[in-house]
Amino acid sequence: MALTDTSLGHIRPPVTDAELAYNARALEKDRRRENIQLLRLALPALAIVIILMVAPIGWLFSLSFVGEGGGLSLENYSRILTEGAYVSIFVTTFKVAVLVTVFCVLLGYPVSYVLAMLPDRWAQLLLLAVLVPFWTSLLVRTYAWLVLLQRRGIVNETLDALGLIERPLALVNNMAGVVIGMVHIMLPFLIMPLYASMKSIDGNFMRAAANLGSSPGHAFRHVFLPLSMPGLIAGTMMVFVMCLGFYITPSLLGGGKVQMIAQRIEQSVSLFPTWGPASALAVVLLVLTAGFLALSWLIVRRLTANQ
Amino acid sequence: MESHVPHKQRLWLYVLTALILIFLVLPTLIVIPMSFSSANSLAFPPPGWSMRWYESFFGQEKWLLSTWVSLRVAFGTMILATTLGTAAAYGLHVGSFALRGTISSVLIAPLAIPSILLAIGMFFVYASAGLLNSMLGLVIAHTLVAIPFVLITMTAGFKTYDLSQEMVARSLGASRLKAFFTITLPQLKFSVISAALLAFIVSFDEVVISVFISAGPNSTLTKVMFSTLRDDVDPTIAAVSTLMLIIATVPPLVLQLLANRKREP
Repeated sequence: MALTDTSLGHIRPPVTDAELAYNARALEKDRRRENIQLLRLALPALAIVIILMVAPIGWLFSLSFVGEGGGLSLENYSRILTEGAYVSIFVTTFKVAVLVTVFCVLLGYPVSYVLAMLPDRWAQLLLLAVLVPFWTSLLVRTYAWLVLLQRRGIVNETLDALGLIERPLALVNNMAGVVIGMVHIMLPFLIMPLYASMKSIDGNFMRAAANLGSSPGHAFRHVFLPLSMPGLIAGTMMVFVMCLGFYITPSLLGGGKVQMIAQRIEQSVSLFPTWGPASALAVVLLVLTAGFLALSWLIVRRLTANQ
Repeated sequence: MESHVPHKQRLWLYVLTALILIFLVLPTLIVIPMSFSSANSLAFPPPGWSMRWYESFFGQEKWLLSTWVSLRVAFGTMILATTLGTAAAYGLHVGSFALRGTISSVLIAPLAIPSILLAIGMFFVYASAGLLNSMLGLVIAHTLVAIPFVLITMTAGFKTYDLSQEMVARSLGASRLKAFFTITLPQLKFSVISAALLAFIVSFDEVVISVFISAGPNSTLTKVMFSTLRDDVDPTIAAVSTLMLIIATVPPLVLQLLANRKREP
């Protein structure tokens, strides 16, 4: 503080240029010191993330450009792009991610819509049905599906009792099991952001459309659907990106027949002493993840800017 | 928002929604009746009821030991992640330094990065630092995963809070630290509890990283469960699942109900 006169009784405010400049400098110094203190508060958390995440990922990145001979090369990347085994892993990963995302949108959109239309009290209650699985360990839910989908599990028994099937369906240890289990895990991740964004759509838009003679279906397609797009795209992209890195569910429900990128990385790391191909796969997975997230961010920004 | 279509005409939509919600809830809850089955198989509905799978759980060292490890790690993570995350959230919210945006993006990044990548990275760092299969290593690893959750929760809390209250306390002679602990923190009690609970559950449920960096007597419950599930489907896992379900869902549900009650007095 740079009060020029602190004699008892009155405090004279700074008047001369020199005094004002002195005060400004003192305040600036104070502010800077405070900001450094505040920055320090974030450092312990930052240190953990840098040492355990940023540094090792950087190291994986550099490792992926080192060939078997120890020199700089792109052979790890050319291997994963040309060898059939690796290519089929990418194909499987994308197939699973696309299927899961499509089912999540088909199931999640109507649920979010109904929840957004219902009175709050009801919506809160029904949201519990979305939150309970969300809070439940992925391992517990994968185990539950293992039980439900097996040859003589409830799903097959029920279908059989209803006379819908003659032989038990193969629902687990294959692609179907992986997709069912993953849809169940990812669905809350789509419903929650979508519900929140639908909740914020102003009901007056739909009323105005009805007033102007639009049928409910027409109003939905031309007013509600476009307005819900940013939430839908953000949720969809998040589901898709999270699917790309799945490890536990495909390992347990795929029965070794569904190989996704993460499983391959795990195998390479634990089976082979050289991390070359694994690190290249890791980098590709990271770039895909970051790329799709950036893409979704751009699309959502453009959509919201247009509205 | 109300709709202009009579309820009768959109009955199909309500039925569809009900079916999807059942699809979400039932498979989650099915482990509870399964855990009381008397059968050795996974038949459902169970042919009879018994407590044998709970006896099996409480009779095997591998389950008891790993549950204890998981609870301790989750508790440690809760303390560490809540402290570091809240400190970071406060600094980033109040401060106005240039790197603010970058730092918060880095701190939230663990949420977006596939856990398999975090896991192999940590495996490598821990292998050279001698932290593999240690409690400390698990706590720090889980803290990294929990920090984004704490940061997001606490930042949202700080945004609803009027920081000039702290200024008032400081102008009356309190130090910044004292102002924070006696004025700010008590008013953000709810955010802190939510953040701590999230951190606990994130750690307790974490699988992929634990599979890589924990082993032997320091294996977490999720690691033991995952390796057991890989070999065979032991019905004891139904009992374990029921216990995990209770530990992970009851606290947040209570919190949710409390939050609802607070909003509509």
